[in-house]
Amino acid sequence: MEKNEKELAQLIQEISGLNPKKCMKCGKCSGACPAFHEMEYHPHQFVDMVDRGDVNRLLESKSIWMCLTCFACVERCPRDVKPANFIEAARLALIRQQGCNHLKDEAVPPLLDEEMPQQAIVSAYRKFKK
Amino acid sequence: MQRIGVFVCWCGSNIAATVDVQQVADELAKEPGVVYSTNYQYMCSQSGQQMIQEAIKEHHLTGIVICSCSPRMHEATFRKTAAAAGLNSYMVEIANIREQCSWIHKNKEEATEKAIILGRAAIAKVHLNAPLTAGESPVVKRALVIGGGIAGIQTALDIADAGFEVDIVEKKPTIGGKMAQIDKTFPTLDCAACILTPKMVDVAQNEKIHIYSYSEVESVKGFVGNFTATIKKKARYVKEDVCTGCGLCTEKCPMKKVPNEFNQMLDNRTAIYIPFAQAVPKVATIDPNACMMLKNGKCGVCSKVCTAGAIDYTQKDEYIEQQYGAIVVATGFNTIKLDNFDEFAYSQSPDVVTSLEFERLMNAAGPTGGTLLRPSDHTHPHTLVFVQCVGSRDISGCGKPYCSKICCMYTAKHAMLCREKYPDTEVYVFYIDVRTPGKNFDEFYRRAVEEYGVHYIKGMVGKVAPKDGKLMVQASDLLANDQLLIEADMVVLATAIEPDESARSIATMLTASMDTNDFFTEAHPKLRPVESPTAGIFLSGVCQGPKDIPETVSQASAAAAKVIGLLVKDKLTCNPCVAESNELMCNGCSACEKVCPYGAITYSDKEFRTPYRTTIMRRVASVNPAVCQGCGACTVACPSGAMDLKGFSTRQIMAEVDAICK
Repeated sequence: MEKNEKELAQLIQEISGLNPKKCMKCGKCSGACPAFHEMEYHPHQFVDMVDRGDVNRLLESKSIWMCLTCFACVERCPRDVKPANFIEAARLALIRQQGCNHLKDEAVPPLLDEEMPQQAIVSAYRKFKK
Repeated sequence: MQRIGVFVCWCGSNIAATVDVQQVADELAKEPGVVYSTNYQYMCSQSGQQMIQEAIKEHHLTGIVICSCSPRMHEATFRKTAAAAGLNSYMVEIANIREQCSWIHKNKEEATEKAIILGRAAIAKVHLNAPLTAGESPVVKRALVIGGGIAGIQTALDIADAGFEVDIVEKKPTIGGKMAQIDKTFPTLDCAACILTPKMVDVAQNEKIHIYSYSEVESVKGFVGNFTATIKKKARYVKEDVCTGCGLCTEKCPMKKVPNEFNQMLDNRTAIYIPFAQAVPKVATIDPNACMMLKNGKCGVCSKVCTAGAIDYTQKDEYIEQQYGAIVVATGFNTIKLDNFDEFAYSQSPDVVTSLEFERLMNAAGPTGGTLLRPSDHTHPHTLVFVQCVGSRDISGCGKPYCSKICCMYTAKHAMLCREKYPDTEVYVFYIDVRTPGKNFDEFYRRAVEEYGVHYIKGMVGKVAPKDGKLMVQASDLLANDQLLIEADMVVLATAIEPDESARSIATMLTASMDTNDFFTEAHPKLRPVESPTAGIFLSGVCQGPKDIPETVSQASAAAAKVIGLLVKDKLTCNPCVAESNELMCNGCSACEKVCPYGAITYSDKEFRTPYRTTIMRRVASVNPAVCQGCGACTVACPSGAMDLKGFSTRQIMAEVDAICK
């Protein structure tokens, strides 16, 4: 069953188990993020977009796949909002949608980016192939 | 049989909108012993009180029940009303049908039923009430101020001004506190020392004020009007009354590598030291952890050079016992430790400093003589980054959940002073919100931006990394939705403040309550902001919550006014609702003595008559009514039921419970 945008945002919140309302918009996450310049939407925006239920743009964006899950933002967030957990939840929400978005073998080579750590590609492949 | 009057208050619509007051009055009129029952719009108003007084006289009432707001609000009012009509104050009972009924319920029928039940319980209690007479206790006309910062200084000066004796107990060798370390004060930029040191001199010269410096309060006993405090005067190994403060010993002391607390460890002092030139009292102190003479008996230079003969290596800690009528807590604050904030590289680079350290670096009496130099290589910094909210507004457990309140303003001050003194510097301030409520405060911050060209950037610093003698600052610029990388020479952290570490033990000593952040709790957050809920304990300065100097001084004077109001009284009326032991039932087990937080219970051997004209000696408890605060802990602890609280006896409480369950 297709979920509407609000329901998707709700799902992301549920998967993450976190409350985006706790965010005080200090931007420390984006200040700490090593992949900031690779992203169209940045960690502080993820939190805000999930909070406002504006998640379609986010799920379509490459940004969520650019997060290395290094947890710099989780470690430094003073409000316990943990942006990386939202990003992970967004990925899960996407792949949990039945019949779509699973990573296919042939889709991997075009995604390869020389600057992307190999480990990230391997773990993404393991995770999202099924 | 009591003749009871019931008075149901509407409290405007506060009660009447949710509770059918007429029905409550009618139902309660049917209770046994009730001879009069009525309702009125505002019972606490003058005409309401008059109505109560007339009813007392007309119907010869022996007890009254007021169904109204919480007894915390108006119990005292109605007790006075009854007393004025010739009825003992303690024959008044309040049924709280506002906070505990109308305000928390929506259904009128159910709320009305509950109000009737609450009224019935109060009536059941009044049946067993007995007239009580309050005793009196004397007031010692002397105040104790714990802490000698600007808060303690102002409170002491104001109390002394009214003619009462005041003792200041300060744990450091000098009074002055944090304000003495500060360079300039916002928003007027006058020098802190220039406005503080005259006050310190006033304290020293005031005949009514005695300073116990380098001393700590060891224990406090007693109660409002009659506290006994033990003050520990730590051995400073210098005779305070002989030392002239010439400073020769500090020049000659060979132990020169002791980190200087007054300069936030940015330079060194000697083992015998005077914290700063304007210290009060201006007396040297020997640091026993650094002095070679005290550690291994080899040196003695200071005693040789002291022409006054003030050095005494054999000095011991001294204990002084003193009585006080009131105690003011002015224990102040410290900046938090930054161990949880590795991302700012505070422990990795000496050029990352806290704001308090920065104050010392800018101060003419500081380690650099007022020239701003990088601590690492003593060069002039060109790019400075200020980070706000370091450890404040943090609920992750690393910092403090509250806003430290003073950082926005002092950071604006630092940034402004930097640009003014050194126009060649670039100054960045990373902020989350700029909070500048206060007279001329926002104007001050805007001046930093508009006139001094400080770069205010909304965002937070995510990482500081030392690299080739510089500091690489990675931060977000939220308004530009960008991440910045700034090559800085110095980073200044607006570190959160926390109550002084001594606050918790002092609160325990005084039985004064604290919040989860170890700030002292006020008796009422709006209407009694300078009093602790514990009678006779007053709060001054940051120990109650973060505040700047103007607010601290206002609160200090407010606390002084409250203390003066207490000390001018010759006698205080005691609470007559105190514990009483039934000696015939007491088995002498000491359970009550152990739980009494006020030390009001003593045991003594007493002779009791037994059958056949014999007597026995038994150990029984007795309560000192002047010390007992009526908390009731002993009545719960007593296994034989010998302890009872006047006005709240077990019988009265059981009668209330029975009435509720009827």
